[in-house]
Amino acid sequence: MRRALGLFLLAVALPAKAQTMDHSQMDHGAHEMPQSETSPAAGAHAGHDMGGADSTVPKGTPPPAPTDHAADAIYDPAVMARARAALTHEHGGMTYSQLMIDRLEYRAQDGRDGYHWEGEGWIGGDINRLAIKSEGEGEVGGRLESAEVQLLYSRAIDPWWNVVGGVRQDFRPQPDRTYATIGIEGLAPYWFEVEGQLFLSNKGDAHARLEASYDQRITQRLILQPAMEVNLAVQDVPELGIGSGLSDVELGLRLRYEFAREFAPYVGVNWERKLGDTARYARLEGEKPAATSLVVGLRFWF
Amino acid sequence: MTSLALDRRTLIRGAAALSMVRAFPAWAQSGSAGLRPAPDMLSGDRIELTVGTSHFATGGRSAHAVTINGTLPAPLIRLREGQNVQLAVTNRLKEDTSIHWHGLIVPFQMDGVPGISFPGIRPGETFTYDFPIRQSGTYWYHSHSGMQEAMGHYGPIVIDPAGPDPVQSDREHVIVLSDWSPVHPHKLMQRLKQMGGYYNMQKQTLAGLLQGRDQSLKDRMDWGKMRMDPTDISDVTGSTYSYLVNGHGTPENWTGLFAPGERVRLRIVNASAMTNFNVRLPDLPMSVVQCDGQHVQPVETDEFQIGIAETYDVIVRPIEAKPYALVAEAIDRSGLVRATLAPQVGMIAPIPPLRQRPLLTMKDMGMDMSGIDMGQNGVIDLSQPANDSMAGHSMKMLDPSVAPDVPMGPGVATLSSMPADRTADRPTGLEDVDHRVLTYADLKALEPNSDTRSPTRSLDIHLTANMERYMWSFDGVKLSDRAEPIAFRHTERVRVTLINDTMMPHPIHIHGHFFQLVTGEDAAANPRKHTVNVLPGGKVSFDLTADAIGDWAFHCHMLMHMHAGMMRVVTVRHEGGAA
Repeated sequence: MRRALGLFLLAVALPAKAQTMDHSQMDHGAHEMPQSETSPAAGAHAGHDMGGADSTVPKGTPPPAPTDHAADAIYDPAVMARARAALTHEHGGMTYSQLMIDRLEYRAQDGRDGYHWEGEGWIGGDINRLAIKSEGEGEVGGRLESAEVQLLYSRAIDPWWNVVGGVRQDFRPQPDRTYATIGIEGLAPYWFEVEGQLFLSNKGDAHARLEASYDQRITQRLILQPAMEVNLAVQDVPELGIGSGLSDVELGLRLRYEFAREFAPYVGVNWERKLGDTARYARLEGEKPAATSLVVGLRFWF
Repeated sequence: MTSLALDRRTLIRGAAALSMVRAFPAWAQSGSAGLRPAPDMLSGDRIELTVGTSHFATGGRSAHAVTINGTLPAPLIRLREGQNVQLAVTNRLKEDTSIHWHGLIVPFQMDGVPGISFPGIRPGETFTYDFPIRQSGTYWYHSHSGMQEAMGHYGPIVIDPAGPDPVQSDREHVIVLSDWSPVHPHKLMQRLKQMGGYYNMQKQTLAGLLQGRDQSLKDRMDWGKMRMDPTDISDVTGSTYSYLVNGHGTPENWTGLFAPGERVRLRIVNASAMTNFNVRLPDLPMSVVQCDGQHVQPVETDEFQIGIAETYDVIVRPIEAKPYALVAEAIDRSGLVRATLAPQVGMIAPIPPLRQRPLLTMKDMGMDMSGIDMGQNGVIDLSQPANDSMAGHSMKMLDPSVAPDVPMGPGVATLSSMPADRTADRPTGLEDVDHRVLTYADLKALEPNSDTRSPTRSLDIHLTANMERYMWSFDGVKLSDRAEPIAFRHTERVRVTLINDTMMPHPIHIHGHFFQLVTGEDAAANPRKHTVNVLPGGKVSFDLTADAIGDWAFHCHMLMHMHAGMMRVVTVRHEGGAA
């Protein structure tokens, strides 16, 4: 089962690695820039039609950036310093936030119908953000089967990927667990939203989760979203009904209509299957290891 | 009795105007006979402006606006070259405000950028700008505080030359183009940070693919692999914007009068927050006589693109006694505004249908394939290493070696590997229209440039972005990243090359200076400008004489790009000295 986890880790690391490989490949690729003493910039322009003008202008040396501020000589420097701080903050340093309830749905299925939620909120700047995630499900009029909340620090590491780290608290199933988590999330080539997380619990058990989805725009407002989630465990956790290895797989297909970008009801189908020992634990509990449901729900954010 | 009836009618009209809460200065009123002295036209040595809030409505959309002297657009300020002017600006807002005189050559402390030129104007305060008028032409003014400009804080400036005007006309109209959303600009910005493509309702779809529209499946795959969207032409679109001529949307049909056969001068200003326009008058050729307030050798055209903050003066000569449409179409074709030039009030020019939304190409991604042997069948395979004919060029969309001075990071999603000088290219969306289109290369200065020295150094500035994260910067660094100023020595002449690493045009503006766009061999005839629209994936070079001591703002005039950090302070100092 270590191997499965290793594979997963590789998958998580892959996007980042692919980027690096891209670059290294480029570095020894076919673009040795001709450097000249007068014009290091000329290489970038070589072969481009600038009327030959660029090559005649030397790179030269810029003057050192002054340390004073011109307006301080005319206006109160303390007042200018405040205005300058505001200017700097307002041009790139602002804080934004979002609360996205991606899925809030009713699941019609064999046996008792269920419900499910999944959402994420964040607050912060372009690079550093504080995020909160939650998901869970239960039986309508019955018990809450699973519920978790994650509190995460998210940091953008390149144009497409963020690393996330923090804690996850599970309230269901019982006994509840607390996990430390680290992961990566972002946008893969071909516009796939991808997310992978590793979890280590306060009891020492280790798990991994990989999620992916894709938005297929049928029209400007009608969007079909295939989604996938896979959970893995390094060891058996009988008290939680989790067996080692690939523990469960979930596939979904949801068709939403964006009345507004931030308000979209949907219908769809969801299929989940417990595997291996996890399935065996489920059977022992008298549960079916697989479930298919028709879902109807709402995606909204603000 | 007649006079009483008239009075009553006036009253009723007045009441109607009040209920619509739409106030316009005389020049911006529909049915304007053209620029002429009016009580609300501001001239003379001392001018008073009050910034406050009003409501504004167009085409059924209404919201809060920031206005000057209660109108949107703000009053016309008409001055004469050689005079001195004092402009007393009173702030009736609950937040700081400011006025920047766009394109006016003023001492740095009068330039109106809070935090660079002055502290800003506190609520309740009056700040008096005081400077000599050293130029003539069409300019404009707007707030440089917060996002007030997007809420209506803009107006035109016309400066008459001290001597005879080389542009002769029988009548002139000011045409202020702008974009207006009932959604607060901070909310627009929030939405873009949450979802970069929030306002793009013209994306490629599966339905489009099945109908054979837009890109082929293979192209969609290629672009998808790069996570690039060829429909990403404007950030904020007609899905929330109404487009305005002099504060009038298409339904309000701003009308400017003419007498058949007259030479009519249109002083066109793009005062938009986020919209580049393509401007045309169907059936009416335009003779471009001025750009950014600077005379150019008259050049006839049928359509031109006006970047945000640019101005174009054109002469039209309507012969027939019929209404002519003045059409400003957003470059992503998500909306347009139609105004009318007519011999009398009440005539309405037809509204042309929106043309098909353009798609970006590899050239817009900075991969200029022209003149390169594409190999077999002209097919470009990005997965393959470049062949011999491409030696020296990278075909990757993010190759750090093409911009060694740009730090890589989340804010830089693409770098133009082969940026072309696109000043002779037709701008975005106008590549294939079947009439004449103005390019920057068509503009030649009417009065020769006074400084034609060869630049003594060169400076490359990359325009960088990550559309998905809605990050915008120069050289990969936002102003808020404590960016170093761009330093110039007083009177030195520098060739600045702006390299657009993004797939969107950026109107780049430098305060306190005019630069000469390098479009031809004759330095004396290169057009002088204060704002240049750098086409996607392309580059633009200009020669700048740093003749204005002080600190100046330098930024993208897409308001939200500037607020996302696409801004710098430019310093001009004596060699080794302080300001």
